[in-house]
Amino acid sequence: MSELSVNHLLGIKYLTAKDIDLIFKTADHFKEVINRPIKKVPSLRDITIANLFFENSTRTRLSFELAEKRLSADIINFSAGSSSVSKGETLIDTVNNILAMKVDMVVMRHPNPGAGIFLSKNVRASIINAGDGTHEHPTQALLDSYSIREKLGEVKGKKIVIVGDILHSRVALSNIFALKLQGAEVKVCGPKTLIPKYIQSLGVGVETNLIKALEWCDVANMLRVQNERMEISYFPSTREYTQQFGLNKEILNSLNKEIVVMHPGPINRGVEITSDVADSKQAIILDQVQNGVAIRMAVIYLLASKIKP
Amino acid sequence: MSQKVLLNAKEINIILHRLACQLIEDHPDFENTVIIGIQPRGVFLADRIIKLLQEEFNIKNIPYGHLDITFYRDDFRRSDKPLEANKTKIDFIVEDKKVIFIDDVLYTGRSIRAALTAIQSFGRPKEIELLTLIDRRFSRHLPIQPDYNGRQVDAINDEKVKVHWKDIHGEDAVYLLPKENNTAISGKQKKE
Repeated sequence: MSELSVNHLLGIKYLTAKDIDLIFKTADHFKEVINRPIKKVPSLRDITIANLFFENSTRTRLSFELAEKRLSADIINFSAGSSSVSKGETLIDTVNNILAMKVDMVVMRHPNPGAGIFLSKNVRASIINAGDGTHEHPTQALLDSYSIREKLGEVKGKKIVIVGDILHSRVALSNIFALKLQGAEVKVCGPKTLIPKYIQSLGVGVETNLIKALEWCDVANMLRVQNERMEISYFPSTREYTQQFGLNKEILNSLNKEIVVMHPGPINRGVEITSDVADSKQAIILDQVQNGVAIRMAVIYLLASKIKP
Repeated sequence: MSQKVLLNAKEINIILHRLACQLIEDHPDFENTVIIGIQPRGVFLADRIIKLLQEEFNIKNIPYGHLDITFYRDDFRRSDKPLEANKTKIDFIVEDKKVIFIDDVLYTGRSIRAALTAIQSFGRPKEIELLTLIDRRFSRHLPIQPDYNGRQVDAINDEKVKVHWKDIHGEDAVYLLPKENNTAISGKQKKE
Protein backbone atom coordinates (compact mmCIF):
# COMPACT_ATOMS: atom_id res chain seq x y z
CA MET A 1 0.00 0.00 0.00
CA SER A 2 2.36 2.72 -1.14
CA GLU A 3 0.76 3.64 -4.41
CA LEU A 4 -2.29 5.73 -5.30
CA SER A 5 -5.24 3.98 -6.95
CA VAL A 6 -5.47 6.75 -9.57
CA ASN A 7 -3.16 8.17 -12.25
CA HIS A 8 -4.65 11.69 -12.09
CA LEU A 9 -6.03 13.81 -9.27
CA LEU A 10 -9.26 15.00 -10.85
CA GLY A 11 -11.42 15.12 -7.76
CA ILE A 12 -11.80 13.66 -4.28
CA LYS A 13 -14.73 11.68 -5.72
CA TYR A 14 -12.27 9.32 -7.44
CA LEU A 15 -10.07 8.67 -4.37
CA THR A 16 -10.34 5.98 -1.71
CA ALA A 17 -9.83 6.42 2.04
CA LYS A 18 -6.52 4.57 1.63
CA ASP A 19 -5.38 7.07 -0.99
CA ILE A 20 -6.06 9.94 1.38
CA ASP A 21 -4.19 8.15 4.15
CA LEU A 22 -1.18 7.61 1.89
CA ILE A 23 -1.20 11.27 0.79
CA PHE A 24 -1.27 12.40 4.44
CA LYS A 25 1.57 10.06 5.48
CA THR A 26 3.68 11.26 2.55
CA ALA A 27 2.82 14.88 3.39
CA ASP A 28 4.10 14.27 6.95
CA HIS A 29 7.54 13.49 5.49
CA PHE A 30 7.45 16.53 3.22
CA LYS A 31 6.38 18.77 6.08
CA GLU A 32 9.61 17.75 7.81
CA VAL A 33 11.53 18.45 4.59
CA ILE A 34 10.15 22.00 4.20
CA ASN A 35 11.22 22.84 7.74
CA ARG A 36 14.86 21.93 7.10
CA PRO A 37 17.60 24.50 6.52
CA ILE A 38 17.64 23.36 2.87
CA LYS A 39 14.04 22.71 1.90
CA LYS A 40 14.53 20.80 -1.31
CA VAL A 41 14.75 17.16 -2.42
CA PRO A 42 15.98 15.97 -5.82
CA SER A 43 13.24 13.33 -6.44
CA LEU A 44 11.56 14.88 -9.49
CA ARG A 45 14.59 16.29 -11.27
CA ASP A 46 13.63 14.47 -14.50
CA ILE A 47 9.96 15.50 -14.43
CA THR A 48 8.53 18.57 -16.19
CA ILE A 49 5.28 20.07 -15.00
CA ALA A 50 3.09 22.62 -16.75
CA ASN A 51 0.94 24.89 -14.58
CA LEU A 52 -2.02 25.95 -16.70
CA PHE A 53 -4.17 28.59 -15.09
CA PHE A 54 -7.18 29.53 -17.18
CA GLU A 55 -8.62 31.35 -14.17
CA ASN A 56 -7.08 33.70 -11.59
CA SER A 57 -5.29 32.30 -8.58
CA THR A 58 -2.69 33.49 -6.10
CA ARG A 59 -2.41 30.99 -3.29
CA THR A 60 -2.99 27.80 -5.24
CA ARG A 61 -0.65 28.76 -8.08
CA LEU A 62 2.15 29.83 -5.74
CA SER A 63 1.63 26.78 -3.56
CA PHE A 64 1.82 24.38 -6.52
CA GLU A 65 4.82 26.20 -7.93
CA LEU A 66 6.67 26.06 -4.62
CA ALA A 67 5.80 22.38 -4.13
CA GLU A 68 7.14 21.58 -7.62
CA LYS A 69 10.33 23.53 -6.99
CA ARG A 70 10.88 21.86 -3.61
CA LEU A 71 10.73 18.52 -5.45
CA SER A 72 13.23 19.78 -8.08
CA ALA A 73 10.82 19.46 -11.02
CA ASP A 74 11.21 21.71 -14.05
CA ILE A 75 8.17 23.90 -14.47
CA ILE A 76 6.51 26.05 -17.07
CA ASN A 77 3.76 28.49 -16.23
CA PHE A 78 0.89 29.57 -18.35
CA SER A 79 -1.97 31.91 -17.66
CA ALA A 80 -4.87 32.33 -20.03
CA GLY A 81 -4.79 36.10 -20.22
CA SER A 82 -1.42 36.21 -21.96
CA SER A 83 -1.91 33.20 -24.25
CA SER A 84 -3.23 32.06 -27.60
CA VAL A 85 -6.50 31.01 -25.93
CA SER A 86 -7.70 34.52 -26.71
CA LYS A 87 -6.87 33.81 -30.36
CA GLY A 88 -9.36 30.94 -30.38
CA GLU A 89 -7.21 27.87 -29.69
CA THR A 90 -9.06 24.91 -28.16
CA LEU A 91 -8.12 23.44 -24.78
CA ILE A 92 -6.87 20.15 -26.27
CA ASP A 93 -4.77 21.98 -28.85
CA THR A 94 -3.26 24.27 -26.25
CA VAL A 95 -2.38 21.37 -23.97
CA ASN A 96 -1.10 19.10 -26.76
CA ASN A 97 1.18 21.88 -27.95
CA ILE A 98 2.57 22.19 -24.45
CA LEU A 99 2.93 18.40 -24.15
CA ALA A 100 4.84 18.34 -27.44
CA MET A 101 7.56 20.08 -25.45
CA LYS A 102 7.89 16.87 -23.38
CA VAL A 103 5.84 17.74 -20.34
CA ASP A 104 4.97 14.89 -17.95
CA MET A 105 2.34 16.43 -15.74
CA VAL A 106 -0.26 19.17 -16.00
CA VAL A 107 -1.68 21.18 -13.11
CA MET A 108 -4.78 22.92 -14.37
CA ARG A 109 -7.29 25.45 -13.11
CA HIS A 110 -10.18 26.07 -15.45
CA PRO A 111 -13.52 27.92 -15.16
CA ASN A 112 -15.48 24.97 -16.64
CA PRO A 113 -16.54 22.07 -14.41
CA GLY A 114 -15.09 18.79 -15.70
CA ALA A 115 -12.26 20.41 -17.68
CA GLY A 116 -9.66 18.20 -15.96
CA ILE A 117 -11.62 15.01 -16.62
CA PHE A 118 -12.05 15.99 -20.27
CA LEU A 119 -8.34 16.64 -20.57
CA SER A 120 -7.33 13.37 -18.88
CA LYS A 121 -9.28 11.45 -21.53
CA ASN A 122 -7.71 13.30 -24.44
CA VAL A 123 -4.06 13.91 -23.65
CA ARG A 124 -1.17 11.76 -22.47
CA ALA A 125 -0.07 13.31 -19.19
CA SER A 126 -0.86 13.06 -15.52
CA ILE A 127 -3.47 15.72 -14.68
CA ILE A 128 -3.93 17.48 -11.35
CA ASN A 129 -7.12 19.50 -11.00
CA ALA A 130 -6.34 22.80 -9.26
CA GLY A 131 -9.99 23.85 -9.37
CA ASP A 132 -12.52 23.34 -12.17
CA GLY A 133 -15.29 25.92 -12.04
CA THR A 134 -17.86 25.14 -9.35
CA HIS A 135 -17.00 21.42 -9.37
CA GLU A 136 -13.95 20.27 -7.34
CA HIS A 137 -10.75 21.59 -5.78
CA PRO A 138 -9.20 18.39 -4.46
CA THR A 139 -5.87 19.67 -3.12
CA GLN A 140 -7.69 22.32 -1.08
CA ALA A 141 -9.92 19.67 0.51
CA LEU A 142 -6.90 17.48 1.23
CA LEU A 143 -5.01 20.29 2.93
CA ASP A 144 -8.14 21.23 4.91
CA SER A 145 -8.54 17.67 6.22
CA TYR A 146 -4.80 17.43 6.84
CA SER A 147 -4.94 20.63 8.91
CA ILE A 148 -7.89 19.27 10.92
CA ARG A 149 -5.97 16.03 11.50
CA GLU A 150 -2.94 18.03 12.65
CA LYS A 151 -4.98 20.21 15.01
CA LEU A 152 -7.43 17.65 16.43
CA GLY A 153 -5.54 14.37 16.00
CA GLU A 154 -7.92 12.80 13.52
CA VAL A 155 -10.77 13.63 11.16
CA LYS A 156 -12.92 10.60 11.91
CA GLY A 157 -15.89 11.39 14.12
CA LYS A 158 -15.27 15.15 14.07
CA LYS A 159 -18.12 17.56 13.33
CA ILE A 160 -17.41 20.06 10.59
CA VAL A 161 -19.68 22.84 9.41
CA ILE A 162 -19.06 24.54 6.06
CA VAL A 163 -20.51 28.04 6.09
CA GLY A 164 -21.31 30.30 3.17
CA ASP A 165 -21.74 30.02 -0.55
CA ILE A 166 -22.09 26.25 -0.94
CA LEU A 167 -23.73 26.53 -4.35
CA HIS A 168 -20.75 28.02 -6.17
CA SER A 169 -18.01 26.46 -4.05
CA ARG A 170 -15.73 23.74 -5.40
CA VAL A 171 -14.01 23.87 -1.99
CA ALA A 172 -17.28 22.87 -0.32
CA LEU A 173 -17.96 19.93 -2.65
CA SER A 174 -14.42 18.54 -2.42
CA ASN A 175 -14.45 19.02 1.34
CA ILE A 176 -17.75 17.17 1.69
CA PHE A 177 -16.39 14.20 -0.30
CA ALA A 178 -13.09 14.17 1.63
CA LEU A 179 -14.62 14.54 5.09
CA LYS A 180 -17.31 11.91 4.50
CA LEU A 181 -14.69 9.50 3.15
CA GLN A 182 -12.72 9.88 6.38
CA GLY A 183 -15.77 9.36 8.58
CA ALA A 184 -16.48 12.93 9.71
CA GLU A 185 -19.94 14.43 10.21
CA VAL A 186 -20.66 17.36 7.93
CA LYS A 187 -23.23 20.13 7.92
CA VAL A 188 -23.55 23.06 5.56
CA CYS A 189 -24.83 26.45 6.62
CA GLY A 190 -25.77 29.49 4.56
CA PRO A 191 -28.62 31.36 2.91
CA LYS A 192 -31.12 28.89 1.41
CA THR A 193 -30.49 30.40 -2.02
CA LEU A 194 -26.81 29.40 -1.82
CA ILE A 195 -27.41 25.79 -0.73
CA PRO A 196 -27.93 23.28 -3.57
CA LYS A 197 -31.38 21.67 -3.52
CA TYR A 198 -30.27 18.03 -3.25
CA ILE A 199 -27.22 18.52 -1.03
CA GLN A 200 -28.64 16.05 1.56
CA SER A 201 -28.13 13.25 -0.94
CA LEU A 202 -24.38 13.60 -0.23
CA GLY A 203 -25.07 12.69 3.38
CA VAL A 204 -24.68 16.14 4.87
CA GLY A 205 -27.04 18.08 7.13
CA VAL A 206 -28.35 21.57 6.42
CA GLU A 207 -28.55 24.31 9.05
CA THR A 208 -29.64 27.84 8.25
CA ASN A 209 -28.92 29.26 11.71
CA LEU A 210 -25.23 30.11 12.13
CA ILE A 211 -25.23 30.04 15.96
CA LYS A 212 -26.85 26.58 16.04
CA ALA A 213 -24.39 25.30 13.47
CA LEU A 214 -21.41 26.63 15.41
CA GLU A 215 -22.67 25.18 18.69
CA TRP A 216 -22.87 21.77 17.02
CA CYS A 217 -19.45 21.73 15.37
CA ASP A 218 -15.79 21.16 16.25
CA VAL A 219 -14.54 22.97 13.16
CA ALA A 220 -16.08 25.80 11.13
CA ASN A 221 -14.84 26.25 7.57
CA MET A 222 -15.87 29.76 6.51
CA LEU A 223 -16.17 30.18 2.75
CA ARG A 224 -15.96 33.32 0.70
CA VAL A 225 -19.04 34.68 -1.06
CA GLN A 226 -18.15 34.25 -4.73
CA ASN A 227 -19.61 37.41 -6.21
CA GLU A 228 -17.82 36.78 -9.50
CA ARG A 229 -19.84 33.61 -10.09
CA MET A 230 -23.21 35.19 -9.28
CA GLU A 231 -25.21 36.39 -12.24
CA ILE A 232 -28.22 37.19 -10.09
CA SER A 233 -28.62 38.36 -6.46
CA TYR A 234 -28.79 35.44 -4.06
CA PHE A 235 -29.20 37.63 -0.97
CA PRO A 236 -30.42 41.22 -0.48
CA SER A 237 -27.09 42.83 0.50
CA THR A 238 -23.58 42.00 1.70
CA ARG A 239 -24.45 43.72 4.97
CA GLU A 240 -27.41 41.45 5.52
CA TYR A 241 -25.31 38.39 4.68
CA THR A 242 -22.72 39.45 7.24
CA GLN A 243 -25.38 39.98 9.90
CA GLN A 244 -26.73 36.47 9.43
CA PHE A 245 -23.71 34.39 8.43
CA GLY A 246 -20.65 36.45 9.32
CA LEU A 247 -18.45 35.12 12.14
CA ASN A 248 -17.25 37.70 14.66
CA LYS A 249 -15.43 37.51 17.97
CA GLU A 250 -18.59 38.09 19.97
CA ILE A 251 -20.24 34.97 18.49
CA LEU A 252 -17.04 32.94 18.86
CA ASN A 253 -16.70 33.87 22.55
CA SER A 254 -20.37 33.12 23.27
CA LEU A 255 -19.99 29.45 22.28
CA ASN A 256 -19.66 26.91 25.06
CA LYS A 257 -16.52 25.37 23.53
CA GLU A 258 -13.47 26.44 21.59
CA ILE A 259 -13.98 25.62 17.93
CA VAL A 260 -11.35 25.64 15.18
CA VAL A 261 -11.87 28.29 12.48
CA MET A 262 -10.73 27.65 8.91
CA HIS A 263 -10.87 29.67 5.71
CA PRO A 264 -9.60 28.62 2.28
CA GLY A 265 -8.82 32.21 1.31
CA PRO A 266 -8.96 34.75 -0.11
CA ILE A 267 -10.70 36.32 2.90
CA ASN A 268 -13.20 39.14 2.55
CA ARG A 269 -12.41 40.60 5.95
CA GLY A 270 -15.55 41.93 7.57
CA VAL A 271 -17.90 39.93 5.35
CA GLU A 272 -17.80 36.19 6.16
CA ILE A 273 -15.28 36.61 8.98
CA THR A 274 -14.03 39.60 10.96
CA SER A 275 -10.36 40.48 11.29
CA ASP A 276 -10.16 39.67 15.00
CA VAL A 277 -11.47 36.14 14.30
CA ALA A 278 -9.20 35.60 11.28
CA ASP A 279 -6.18 36.63 13.35
CA SER A 280 -7.22 34.83 16.54
CA LYS A 281 -5.59 31.75 18.08
CA GLN A 282 -8.55 29.61 17.07
CA ALA A 283 -8.00 30.32 13.37
CA ILE A 284 -5.64 27.94 11.56
CA ILE A 285 -5.79 29.82 8.25
CA LEU A 286 -2.03 30.24 7.88
CA ASP A 287 -1.39 26.62 8.96
CA GLN A 288 -3.66 25.65 6.07
CA VAL A 289 -1.43 27.59 3.69
CA GLN A 290 1.74 25.96 5.02
CA ASN A 291 0.19 22.50 4.88
CA GLY A 292 -0.88 23.23 1.31
CA VAL A 293 2.71 23.03 0.11
CA ALA A 294 3.35 19.70 1.89
CA ILE A 295 0.08 18.22 0.57
CA ARG A 296 0.79 19.31 -3.00
CA MET A 297 4.33 17.90 -2.77
CA ALA A 298 2.83 14.59 -1.65
CA VAL A 299 0.25 14.51 -4.46
CA ILE A 300 2.79 15.44 -7.14
CA TYR A 301 5.36 12.96 -5.79
CA LEU A 302 2.88 10.08 -5.62
CA LEU A 303 1.47 10.73 -9.11
CA ALA A 304 4.95 11.23 -10.58
CA SER A 305 6.06 7.86 -9.17
CA LYS A 306 3.44 6.26 -11.46
CA ILE A 307 4.88 7.84 -14.62
CA LYS A 308 7.32 5.33 -16.07
CA PRO A 309 10.44 6.77 -17.72
CA MET B 1 18.95 -24.70 -1.19
CA SER B 2 18.62 -23.47 2.35
CA GLN B 3 19.77 -20.22 3.85
CA LYS B 4 23.30 -19.96 5.20
CA VAL B 5 24.18 -18.36 8.53
CA LEU B 6 26.87 -15.73 8.00
CA LEU B 7 27.00 -14.53 11.59
CA ASN B 8 25.41 -15.90 14.75
CA ALA B 9 24.42 -14.03 17.89
CA LYS B 10 27.79 -14.52 19.61
CA GLU B 11 29.75 -13.30 16.59
CA ILE B 12 27.49 -10.28 16.20
CA ASN B 13 27.98 -9.41 19.85
CA ILE B 14 31.79 -9.51 19.47
CA ILE B 15 31.64 -7.45 16.28
CA LEU B 16 29.37 -4.80 17.85
CA HIS B 17 31.82 -4.44 20.75
CA ARG B 18 34.74 -4.13 18.36
CA LEU B 19 32.94 -1.51 16.24
CA ALA B 20 32.05 0.48 19.36
CA CYS B 21 35.68 0.39 20.50
CA GLN B 22 36.92 1.49 17.09
CA LEU B 23 34.51 4.44 17.19
CA ILE B 24 35.78 5.45 20.64
CA GLU B 25 39.38 5.16 19.43
CA ASP B 26 38.75 7.68 16.64
CA HIS B 27 36.23 9.86 18.49
CA PRO B 28 37.42 9.81 22.14
CA ASP B 29 34.73 11.98 23.71
CA PHE B 30 32.24 12.29 20.81
CA GLU B 31 32.31 16.02 21.44
CA ASN B 32 32.17 17.09 17.82
CA THR B 33 30.75 13.84 16.44
CA VAL B 34 27.18 12.91 15.53
CA ILE B 35 25.77 9.48 14.66
CA ILE B 36 23.22 9.07 11.89
CA GLY B 37 21.33 5.79 11.34
CA ILE B 38 20.21 5.31 7.74
CA GLN B 39 16.48 4.44 7.52
CA PRO B 40 15.06 1.90 7.70
CA ARG B 41 17.46 -0.91 8.64
CA GLY B 42 20.57 1.08 9.52
CA VAL B 43 18.63 2.45 12.47
CA PHE B 44 18.42 -1.01 14.10
CA LEU B 45 22.22 -1.30 14.04
CA ALA B 46 22.72 2.32 15.13
CA ASP B 47 20.36 1.76 18.10
CA ARG B 48 22.52 -1.16 19.26
CA ILE B 49 25.80 0.71 18.86
CA ILE B 50 24.42 3.72 20.74
CA LYS B 51 23.17 1.44 23.52
CA LEU B 52 26.62 -0.16 23.83
CA LEU B 53 28.40 3.19 23.88
CA GLN B 54 26.06 4.47 26.58
CA GLU B 55 25.73 1.43 28.80
CA GLU B 56 29.09 -0.35 28.55
CA PHE B 57 31.40 2.54 27.78
CA ASN B 58 29.47 5.19 29.68
CA ILE B 59 29.48 7.77 26.91
CA LYS B 60 26.38 9.92 27.29
CA ASN B 61 24.79 12.63 25.18
CA ILE B 62 25.90 11.46 21.76
CA PRO B 63 23.85 13.39 19.18
CA TYR B 64 21.93 10.67 17.33
CA GLY B 65 19.57 11.02 14.39
CA HIS B 66 17.74 9.03 11.72
CA LEU B 67 18.08 9.91 8.05
CA ASP B 68 15.62 8.78 5.38
CA ILE B 69 17.01 8.75 1.85
CA THR B 70 13.86 7.85 -0.12
CA PHE B 71 13.54 11.27 -1.79
CA TYR B 72 17.24 11.27 -2.74
CA ARG B 73 17.46 7.85 -4.39
CA ASP B 74 18.45 7.58 -8.03
CA ASP B 75 15.96 4.79 -8.80
CA PHE B 76 12.77 6.86 -8.36
CA ARG B 77 10.31 5.66 -11.11
CA ARG B 78 12.81 2.96 -12.10
CA SER B 79 12.12 0.31 -9.48
CA ASP B 80 9.13 -2.00 -9.81
CA LYS B 81 7.92 -1.42 -6.30
CA PRO B 82 6.98 2.11 -5.22
CA LEU B 83 9.30 3.41 -2.52
CA GLU B 84 7.85 4.12 0.89
CA ALA B 85 9.42 6.90 2.92
CA ASN B 86 10.44 6.67 6.56
CA LYS B 87 10.85 9.32 9.20
CA THR B 88 13.86 11.61 9.25
CA LYS B 89 14.70 12.85 12.72
CA ILE B 90 17.72 15.11 13.02
CA ASP B 91 17.20 17.75 15.67
CA PHE B 92 20.73 19.14 15.65
CA ILE B 93 22.89 20.97 13.13
CA VAL B 94 25.57 18.91 11.37
CA GLU B 95 27.49 22.01 10.25
CA ASP B 96 31.19 21.45 10.93
CA LYS B 97 30.55 18.16 12.76
CA LYS B 98 32.08 14.75 12.16
CA VAL B 99 29.21 12.59 10.93
CA ILE B 100 29.18 8.80 11.22
CA PHE B 101 26.66 7.07 8.94
CA ILE B 102 25.53 3.67 10.16
CA ASP B 103 23.90 1.13 7.82
CA ASP B 104 23.52 -2.64 8.09
CA VAL B 105 24.61 -3.85 4.65
CA LEU B 106 26.80 -2.00 2.15
CA TYR B 107 25.93 -3.36 -1.28
CA THR B 108 25.98 -1.18 -4.44
CA GLY B 109 26.79 2.00 -2.51
CA ARG B 110 23.81 3.83 -3.99
CA SER B 111 22.03 4.27 -0.64
CA ILE B 112 25.13 5.86 0.83
CA ARG B 113 25.45 8.08 -2.26
CA ALA B 114 21.88 9.23 -1.59
CA ALA B 115 22.64 9.73 2.11
CA LEU B 116 25.67 11.89 1.25
CA THR B 117 23.34 14.18 -0.72
CA ALA B 118 20.56 14.08 1.87
CA ILE B 119 22.76 15.09 4.80
CA GLN B 120 23.71 18.31 3.00
CA SER B 121 20.21 19.60 3.75
CA PHE B 122 21.20 19.78 7.41
CA GLY B 123 24.46 21.69 6.94
CA ARG B 124 28.01 21.06 5.74
CA PRO B 125 29.67 18.37 7.84
CA LYS B 126 33.39 18.56 8.53
CA GLU B 127 33.80 14.95 7.53
CA ILE B 128 31.64 11.89 6.99
CA GLU B 129 32.51 8.29 7.91
CA LEU B 130 30.67 5.06 7.25
CA LEU B 131 30.10 2.11 9.57
CA THR B 132 28.52 -1.08 8.25
CA LEU B 133 27.92 -4.54 9.70
CA ILE B 134 28.24 -6.36 6.37
CA ASP B 135 30.31 -5.22 3.41
CA ARG B 136 29.38 -7.03 0.20
CA ARG B 137 32.63 -6.35 -1.59
CA PHE B 138 32.72 -6.97 -5.36
CA SER B 139 29.13 -5.67 -5.63
CA ARG B 140 29.88 -1.96 -5.62
CA HIS B 141 28.57 0.36 -8.35
CA LEU B 142 30.21 3.46 -6.87
CA PRO B 143 33.57 4.29 -5.26
CA ILE B 144 32.28 4.07 -1.66
CA GLN B 145 34.00 2.03 1.11
CA PRO B 146 33.27 1.64 4.83
CA ASP B 147 35.56 3.15 7.48
CA TYR B 148 34.39 0.65 10.11
CA ASN B 149 33.31 -2.77 8.99
CA GLY B 150 31.83 -5.78 10.76
CA ARG B 151 32.41 -8.55 8.22
CA GLN B 152 33.29 -8.67 4.56
CA VAL B 153 31.16 -11.03 2.49
CA ASP B 154 31.59 -12.34 -1.02
CA ALA B 155 28.01 -12.73 -2.18
CA ILE B 156 26.98 -12.93 -5.80
CA ASN B 157 24.44 -10.48 -7.10
CA ASP B 158 21.40 -12.72 -7.02
CA GLU B 159 21.93 -13.62 -3.40
CA LYS B 160 20.47 -11.57 -0.59
CA VAL B 161 21.98 -10.72 2.79
CA LYS B 162 19.40 -10.40 5.55
CA VAL B 163 20.20 -9.05 9.01
CA HIS B 164 17.99 -10.02 11.95
CA TRP B 165 17.92 -8.16 15.27
CA LYS B 166 16.84 -9.45 18.65
CA ASP B 167 14.47 -6.55 19.38
CA ILE B 168 12.78 -6.71 15.98
CA HIS B 169 13.02 -10.29 14.67
CA GLY B 170 13.62 -12.21 17.90
CA GLU B 171 17.27 -13.15 17.25
CA ASP B 172 20.62 -11.65 16.31
CA ALA B 173 21.76 -13.29 13.07
CA VAL B 174 22.91 -12.57 9.54
CA TYR B 175 21.72 -14.89 6.75
CA LEU B 176 22.76 -15.36 3.16
CA LEU B 177 19.70 -16.26 1.11
CA PRO B 178 20.20 -18.02 -2.23
CA LYS B 179 18.52 -16.73 -5.36
CA GLU B 180 15.45 -18.99 -5.52
CA ASN B 181 14.57 -18.41 -1.86
CA ASN B 182 14.79 -14.64 -1.99
CA THR B 183 11.14 -13.84 -2.51
CA ALA B 184 9.72 -16.60 -0.32
CA ILE B 185 11.81 -15.76 2.71
CA SER B 186 11.76 -12.00 2.37
CA GLY B 187 7.98 -12.29 1.99
CA LYS B 188 7.78 -14.18 5.23
CA GLN B 189 10.05 -11.73 6.95
CA LYS B 190 7.86 -8.83 5.96
CA LYS B 191 5.00 -10.28 7.94
CA GLU B 192 7.04 -10.57 11.11
